[in-house]
Amino acid sequence: MEFFQQFAPPHPSPAIYASMVAIVLTTVAIFGGLTYFKKWGYLWREWLTTVDHKRIGIMYLIAALLMLFRGFVDALMMRAQLAMPDNQLLDAQHYNEIFTTHGVVMILFMAMPFIIAIMNYIVPLQIGARDVAFPRLNALSFWLFFSGAMLFNISFVIGGSPDAGWTSYFPLASNEFSQHVGTNYYMFSLQIAGLGTLISGINFATTILKMRAPGMTLMKMPMFTWSSFITNIIIVFAFPVLTVALAMGSMDRIFGTNFFTTADGGMDMLWANLFWIWGHPEVYILILPAFGLYSEIISTFARRNLYGYKSMVASMVVICLLSFVVWAHHFYTMGQGAFANSIFSITTMAIAVPTGVKIFNWLFTLWKGKITITVPMLYSMLFIPIFTIGGVTGVMLGMSAADYQYHNTMFLVAHFHLVIIPGVMFALLAGLTFYWPKMFGFMLNERIGKWAAWLLAIGTCVAFFPMFISGLDGQARRMYTYSEATGFGIWNMISFVGALAIGVAFLLIAYNIYYSTRYASRDISADPWDARTLEWSTHTPVPVYNFAVVPQVNSDQAFWDAKKHGHVLFKDGYKDIHMPNNSGLPIIMAGIFFVWGFSFVFSLWLPAIVTTIAIFACMAYQSFEKDDGYHIHVDTIEKTERKLGGHKQ
Amino acid sequence: MRKMKWAILLAFFTITSILTGCEPLTVLDPKGPQAERLAGDIILSMWIMLGVVVAVFVILIYMLVKYRASNQSDDYEPPHIEGNAIVEAICVGVPALIVIFLSVVTVQSNYIVESPVEVYEDKEPLVIYASSSNWKWHFSYPEQDIETVNYLYVPTNRPLEFKLYSHGPITSFWIPQLGGQKYAMADMTTTLHLGADVPGEYLGRNANFSGEGFAKNTFSVKAMNEDEFDEWVEEVKTTAEPLTEDTFNELLEPGHLGQLTFTGTHLSFSPPPLSHGSHNDKHEDEQGASDEQDVQDEHEHGHHE
Ligand code: HEM
Ligand SMILES: [Cu+2]
Ligand SMILES: [Cu+2]
Repeated sequence: MEFFQQFAPPHPSPAIYASMVAIVLTTVAIFGGLTYFKKWGYLWREWLTTVDHKRIGIMYLIAALLMLFRGFVDALMMRAQLAMPDNQLLDAQHYNEIFTTHGVVMILFMAMPFIIAIMNYIVPLQIGARDVAFPRLNALSFWLFFSGAMLFNISFVIGGSPDAGWTSYFPLASNEFSQHVGTNYYMFSLQIAGLGTLISGINFATTILKMRAPGMTLMKMPMFTWSSFITNIIIVFAFPVLTVALAMGSMDRIFGTNFFTTADGGMDMLWANLFWIWGHPEVYILILPAFGLYSEIISTFARRNLYGYKSMVASMVVICLLSFVVWAHHFYTMGQGAFANSIFSITTMAIAVPTGVKIFNWLFTLWKGKITITVPMLYSMLFIPIFTIGGVTGVMLGMSAADYQYHNTMFLVAHFHLVIIPGVMFALLAGLTFYWPKMFGFMLNERIGKWAAWLLAIGTCVAFFPMFISGLDGQARRMYTYSEATGFGIWNMISFVGALAIGVAFLLIAYNIYYSTRYASRDISADPWDARTLEWSTHTPVPVYNFAVVPQVNSDQAFWDAKKHGHVLFKDGYKDIHMPNNSGLPIIMAGIFFVWGFSFVFSLWLPAIVTTIAIFACMAYQSFEKDDGYHIHVDTIEKTERKLGGHKQ
Repeated sequence: MRKMKWAILLAFFTITSILTGCEPLTVLDPKGPQAERLAGDIILSMWIMLGVVVAVFVILIYMLVKYRASNQSDDYEPPHIEGNAIVEAICVGVPALIVIFLSVVTVQSNYIVESPVEVYEDKEPLVIYASSSNWKWHFSYPEQDIETVNYLYVPTNRPLEFKLYSHGPITSFWIPQLGGQKYAMADMTTTLHLGADVPGEYLGRNANFSGEGFAKNTFSVKAMNEDEFDEWVEEVKTTAEPLTEDTFNELLEPGHLGQLTFTGTHLSFSPPPLSHGSHNDKHEDEQGASDEQDVQDEHEHGHHE
């Protein structure tokens, strides 16, 4: 009995019990359904073991949308709790667990997989490749991410959620002050998911460097590919820092070392430094692909080439470099002195310059264009003003002296949400709508989509603008309650209304997917938006091999030039195509990683040792396995191409 | 330039006052020179940023209205435009100038907030040790040899030098109307310079999340002229109980407390940490820190075993 005690949630409430029941019922329903309809084999063969970047992309997408739901429910609970002074809806401990979960889920398990989803689906198509450089590693990346996300998500029903904020500052996150296993979950789920991301970063950097179609020089890469490339470079440099920090933090919690706890010479500030050396670049990991998406979308719907291609690339390179030299702006108030603060202040504000260049380039892309406002374009046009407000308040925060007054207040919360929601979330929804026809073969409804976009934008403004005011009035972030006398009540109530509007917008988006799945026409061309880059030059649905013939590229909008100027993309005849085999190893390994992480969270040493050995065994097995993939022969290609409506050019 | 700034300040106060039902926002209602400097910076940057936002909005709306498809003939084909050196120089140049200007302001402000308040130049700073424990604030006045919990009396027109540290998680000491916040940590002492011009009562709080009792981790600050302050010190000395080590250890137990007053300070038996890595807890026990009880003891007995 005592053994099972440790798995009980430390702060049980009806909501947690209800969630437990819901989780069990859903799981039973899914398993039962799969068994009843005899879909296990199909699922295993076609999805769980797939190494096809397109399917992996779609699995990332589904996971990200689920996590968006989870993260938003948490956000709504927080806003409901704060809507009125002295509210009793949540107690302090629950509020703390919820904002921690919200932060981690939104950044690491929603935004990250969402961008990787789109990268997975689009980058190989956009560079005219048949797959990524290491398809099986790609599957491993996904399953590691998924295993980390699931480990994190069970925390609130088994043993307790982390409660030290998504930044998990020590010594608050040490055993001394955070006594249940929550922070262990944080350490291990981020570690596992982070490994997946790092592998992904290496994979995509290699893919983009090595697998571009003939003729596609670096300066002819479409902007989304460029942004993905820079992003993956940042991943490769930033994520190892997180790995190390998490490993040290785990040791503090589980083996009683004192890297970050303040006993015996441990340094709490070391955690802050390591965390933000990863954490600041992380926000650019999220935003740069978003910028790439906006570039594609804006030039498509302005019917014009991207203005200032070279300066777009240059600005991303500069942002990438600067992102590694600003981390200390997250702790100006840690007593590092006027000189250090001045240096970090200047580097921080300097990022505004390349960012400004990008905004002006998008604005000038509209110049002399022929603008149609589709849903993806609407998101992009709503992004520009809201993001600008988020961005300029970032410059204000960058002024280190003034930051002494903004730090840890709702002003900061307003800033980063107004950057991250239009910057990342809008971009992803825009990208989702834009690429939906390529992924699923039908378009999402434009009318419902526009309602959702407007509602989302208005909701975002209503939810977050009041926080600038309450922040300047002294409302600290992460406060689970406040008294009537503070006068924060009105602002938080407005904020709550905004959050509700965001919720309605999400419902509309979900409804749109349902509605369009049922009613949208399946009779669309491969290029429904009249777009400009290679991913639109192949069939919809995209065949496994992406391109029957490898395209030949001669500009950064190869497909557009092919359409308008008669360039020939597909010159050669069909040849046999070599493809990788599916593999069950990635999902099995990730499953073992899940048990491994769970064992460490609860210090269950026997399974921890067994799974550690098993992980190495898998790696050994993999490295000795002989698997040369298979060939798709010319006649099969011909048949497929004919079925998809005749081969391209 | 200075006059301009004040005119702008005034205009902004009026706008925000109307917005918030006539009460200025705490941070923009400074009661001391440091806070005033920061409020000035904030408002200055707000105006500049407003300019940027307006510029972007205007360009965006212009483009959207002028170049929308429904405004053009069907056979209009947008031209291929690579870019333009002059336009791009402006796009880099103007933001760069703004950033340079704001950098100059910020660097100046950094040195101002990191040094004793200048306008009271002839006066020695009053040193107060402010340390946090879950979830309280302890204020030690070594010069006066008294200590308070959860409230602070300070003289006006005298530089205040706070020495900040923590008996637990990282906290942040913040009295928005007197100046910006700074962290208090268990393994180092940080210094914050503040000053009060106007007598009155202000709110102070821990601004950095520190666990369950964080939301109510506040304290009150009363600024008064020096004579009143001295009177108060005298009164404390004659009426308050002395602070013993045992009492202090009890105070460190996690929880909230009301306001308390003592003679003597905890600095004598529980000195503040000096700098990073200095082993201020002489924890000899080698049983290993994984022992939960052990860790607990160490916390509760602070740095004095
Ligand atoms: C969709 C509507 C959203 C709402 C209403 C919302 C609301 C909130 C609230 C109320 C907090 C806690 C503030 C506090 O007490 O300190 C918070 C924190 C946070 N949010 Fe959101 N949020 C939303 C979306 C997002 C998104 C899309 C992301 C990132 C992709 C995000 C990332 C974060 C992070 C990192 C924190 C800080 C967590 C922490 O303090 O440890 N949020 N949000
Ligand atoms: Cu420190
Ligand atoms: Cu940062």
